[in-house]
Amino acid sequence: MLDRWLKPALIEAQEYIRLVAAALRGSVTRPFYARDVVEQFDAIGVGSLTVVVLTGLFTGAVLALQMGFTLDQFGARALVGRLVSASMVKELGPVLTALMITGRVGSGIAAELGSMGVTEQINALRALGTDPVRKLVVPRVLAGLFMVPALTVISDAVGMVGGWIIAVTELGVSSGLYWTSTLEGLFIEDAWMGLVKPLFLGFVIVTIGCHVGLRARGGTQGVGRATTQAVVAGSIAVLAMDFFVTKLMVFLLY
Amino acid sequence: MSIDSRSRGADPWGGGPIPLEEALGPGAPIVVFDRVSLAFDDFVVLDDISYTLIVGHTKIILGASGAGKSTVLRLVLGLIRPDAGVIWVHGERVDELKEAELMAVRAQIGMVFQEGALFDSLTVRENVGYKLYEDASVPLEAADRRVEEVLGFVGLGEYSERMPAELSGGQRRRVAIARAMAARPRLLLYDEPTTGLDPITATTVSDEIIKLRDLENVSSILVTHQLRDAFYIATHTAVREHGRVRILPAGRNKSGEAEFLMLREGRVVFEGHAEELRRSTDPYLRTFLS
Repeated sequence: MLDRWLKPALIEAQEYIRLVAAALRGSVTRPFYARDVVEQFDAIGVGSLTVVVLTGLFTGAVLALQMGFTLDQFGARALVGRLVSASMVKELGPVLTALMITGRVGSGIAAELGSMGVTEQINALRALGTDPVRKLVVPRVLAGLFMVPALTVISDAVGMVGGWIIAVTELGVSSGLYWTSTLEGLFIEDAWMGLVKPLFLGFVIVTIGCHVGLRARGGTQGVGRATTQAVVAGSIAVLAMDFFVTKLMVFLLY
Repeated sequence: MSIDSRSRGADPWGGGPIPLEEALGPGAPIVVFDRVSLAFDDFVVLDDISYTLIVGHTKIILGASGAGKSTVLRLVLGLIRPDAGVIWVHGERVDELKEAELMAVRAQIGMVFQEGALFDSLTVRENVGYKLYEDASVPLEAADRRVEEVLGFVGLGEYSERMPAELSGGQRRRVAIARAMAARPRLLLYDEPTTGLDPITATTVSDEIIKLRDLENVSSILVTHQLRDAFYIATHTAVREHGRVRILPAGRNKSGEAEFLMLREGRVVFEGHAEELRRSTDPYLRTFLS
């Protein structure tokens, strides 16, 4: 038990912490690969836009649909906007955006770095005098830190638009009433929670993707395993991190 | 850590402080393995390995798959560390240096990985000039000029804008050689550079290795189990005649600059020149050579 499970788990955790520490150190010291950072902002941010917009749109729409009929039982259909905005900004926007990015970006990073590892490209980088953490990990971590919050804000906004479409077309709520209710349902604390959460979620998605990718061994099969691990571990980490950050934010803000 | 402080004491270069350039003069060692051992868990990869590579010479490391040949190259680069023993490269203890300190040592070394290990997302030009383009002190025009020069050297000048996926196996190896030599290293490491290639392409790649050694005066360690190519490299020389490069059989002196090292299950079972290896009566060597 100790040798088969605990020891590998501890080694894995130790290596993850070492990678995170090296990435943080690499973010604030030279050399800094600005071109790679811009490329990753584009790949992770702009590249994920379609997925995030569609996720936000349908999530907002289905929220309005479900909430509308539930609220009818209390004669409060007009409050649908308030529920959509609060749910999207505080919880569903950050978590669903993060889960979608885990599937798209976390797996992509693991596959890319894993392939580079098994084809010796990572060793070739080191042999050419380049630190792979600075060249490959730091740009991805910075992109995750900054682009996941940005994508979450977009997802929140599009989710509210999705809710508005359903409120107006299916629930018969007027536009003015919906948007007034939407703004009334939001407080500054909610906005903070909606912005701080994705910072943490973006960080874990990307660092887990990099960690499992760089540790991939055993040819294409190993790359496949790393990709699966990035999605599974990343998704669980997103949900766990969401819980702990929510608990912290509730303690600090409310 | 200064060069002088590293050269002091009971090191392979003698007692007193020796400037690096002097230490690496003709006849001086450029790589020294002193009783190096390495194991992964219970599997012993290298067991008490010692050898010396002299400046301008070639060390050809032979052995069956899993004998620890490629591990030797990774140890030279400091990509992995030995469990025991001392490794000197360019006057530096690479077994002790931190990753950041190793970058300066690696700047003097070129490595040709098995299968090339070219960066998929970069063009041939970007691959070959990677080190030069990353170095802000090298002007872009100078980097471009050097890339064209080394691509011309390996006969792939017209392939500079292609992606690695568009190249054949032999072309990828030659691009890998061009990348390794682009920053003018003092030492080149080749990991199975001709394995998996047809005999004609293997000879082309071997010619590039000979040209680099004899025309650019680069020391090299070559790991292979391709005996034909190993003997070809050891017994041929490159000469420039009327602006053209010719590969000719080497004289006794030149052949003496290439030494063979045979590994078996992590131990050195033979060290010597091509003729000594051919004449060896050791049953294992005979089986390997047959």
